[in-house]
Amino acid sequence: MSDAPAAKPATGPEPAQAPVKRRGTAQQKLLAFASLIVLVIGFSLASPNFFQVSNIMAILQATSVNGVLAVGVTLIIITGGIDLSIGTLMTFCAVITGVVLTWAGAPLILGVLTAVATGGLVGLLSGTFVAKMKIPPFIATLGMMLVLKGMSLIVTGTRPIYFNDTPGFTQISQGSLVGEVIPAFPLPNGVLILFLVAAATAWILSRTVLGRYTFALGSNEEAVRLSGVNTDAWKMAIYALAGAICGIAGLLIASRLNSAQPALGLGYELEAIAAVVIGGTSLAGGRGTVLGTLIGALIMAVLTNGLRVLSVAPEWQTVVTGAIIILAVYGDQLRRGRAST
Amino acid sequence: MFTRRTLIGAAAALSLTAMSSGAMAQDNMYVALISKGFQHQFWQAVKAGADKAAEELGVRVTFEGPDNETQVDKQMDMLAAALANKPDAIGFAALDSQAAIPLLRQADEAGIPIIAFDSGVDSDIPLATAATDNVAAAALAADKMAELLGGEGQVAVVAHDQTSRTGIDRRDGFVNQMEEAHPGVEIVTIEYGGGDHLKSTEITKAILTAHPELDGIFGTNEGSAIGVVNGVRESGTEGVVIVGYDSGKAQKDAIREGLMAGAITQNPVGIGYETVKAAVAAAKGEEVTGDIDTGFFWYDADNIDDPEIAAVLYD
Repeated sequence: MSDAPAAKPATGPEPAQAPVKRRGTAQQKLLAFASLIVLVIGFSLASPNFFQVSNIMAILQATSVNGVLAVGVTLIIITGGIDLSIGTLMTFCAVITGVVLTWAGAPLILGVLTAVATGGLVGLLSGTFVAKMKIPPFIATLGMMLVLKGMSLIVTGTRPIYFNDTPGFTQISQGSLVGEVIPAFPLPNGVLILFLVAAATAWILSRTVLGRYTFALGSNEEAVRLSGVNTDAWKMAIYALAGAICGIAGLLIASRLNSAQPALGLGYELEAIAAVVIGGTSLAGGRGTVLGTLIGALIMAVLTNGLRVLSVAPEWQTVVTGAIIILAVYGDQLRRGRAST
Repeated sequence: MFTRRTLIGAAAALSLTAMSSGAMAQDNMYVALISKGFQHQFWQAVKAGADKAAEELGVRVTFEGPDNETQVDKQMDMLAAALANKPDAIGFAALDSQAAIPLLRQADEAGIPIIAFDSGVDSDIPLATAATDNVAAAALAADKMAELLGGEGQVAVVAHDQTSRTGIDRRDGFVNQMEEAHPGVEIVTIEYGGGDHLKSTEITKAILTAHPELDGIFGTNEGSAIGVVNGVRESGTEGVVIVGYDSGKAQKDAIREGLMAGAITQNPVGIGYETVKAAVAAAKGEEVTGDIDTGFFWYDADNIDDPEIAAVLYD
């Protein structure tokens, strides 16, 4: 471990809040990817049961929900905010989908649209709390997390809603369009959706005005406001978009479990945030990538699955996962020479 | 480009390899148990029973469960990882039976026999279910409560949840027995504390405020029962008869001190033991069917130290 950090800390006193460090983030992604590969190789050597198509598919399936949530919250974290309500919002969207599909008997497509719309609206509400009412994001979304948890329980009467009457609902996550074309590679649809959501979000971040303002808000919100931009509106739009993405996560988990489980959701926000951080997005805002987040989510899923396949005791699994999060971010800090955060 | 980060990853992977070497024993029959949790003392007692059976039968057993009983999808991931290891049999305590069906089918197709434990699975895939008859056990709690109250009074229930099979069975077993056999006892309220000590404590205090005439409270699992004891103690109310469920150090202490009248104990060690025994028999191709009733007992200050009872209680 004698290598010097790649980025020298001695470049200057305060590297004046640069908007986006393209080279830095590219390198970060490469390193995260290398860590992922090392983990996969390590587990494959440790157990012959790890690197098999069925287990790799299980890992990807396990990544899908957390991955989508993480992609959504990446947007908010880049603005320098945080969203603790994503886990229970996911559940709430699943519940509303259950109401629309199972209780009202609406067609599948309507259920899908409802999930996304519910997420978007709730996200917009959180965004309003943060942008207009100036409630710190941590508090606003903490409150929202509890409100949504309670609402899910109220709406369902605390019982799960099953989707047995909606044929094809489980296919959203569990079916495999890819597997129909390439039988040897039965990639679950849930994973395909994760990749599509990630690609779309990456495109928004890098190619649209919304994306540019996402980074700008995280770097220096005051400067953006002073240059005449309606920062409140943009911020609300970002929270709404992240909310809509949580709606997709809600669909995925409901489809996976063939049910909307109203009690589930608490704690999922922290796993998503962990994936974002492992992927090199700074909690201070202004910097981050969707690809990094995707790799972060994969690292977490590989780690969890691998430890299980190796029959490591569950107590130790949590210890190892926590330690890896700290190490990953510390490694990143060293390399960056404590430039920001 | 060997940076610290990659090295850290490599070091982590290597240490994992080292940790796993013990688990790679060859040729032994392997049974994977996927439970509803592992942190509660109850699940540790189930695990102890499973380990005991594993030792006697010379098989290897792993035991895993999610952090809490809402994490249905995490349990699916655990089941998927267990399948990757190609066990000879699986013991499974479903958080939601319907959600688990695709994976259970996958196990079935791979020819891996499945034994349900703790609560049943609404499917014909599991060959047998090793569980407590919760309805009968809660009915016994109702009988004991009625007996302690002299056949009349007001009673509240602090249940752990209203979605899981055990939550429903214990609540209904208690309530129905009360209505049928003890008409003099009125159930004034049923509240749900998620089996969380603190929440159940707050709920109990609220119930005592709302119903000052209350004579008894039934807590439906370890966390609920301890919450009830704490709530009654904190509010300073006296003369309320508390009946609990399961054991654990706090509950045993409360019974010894006379704060709690008594409790129902399942036989968690028996659940673990019978599950592994049935799983091994099924893996060997022997016929295993139906329900395996693992039993339950009433215990109070008088019999808490009897060898028969002490053996199924845990701290």
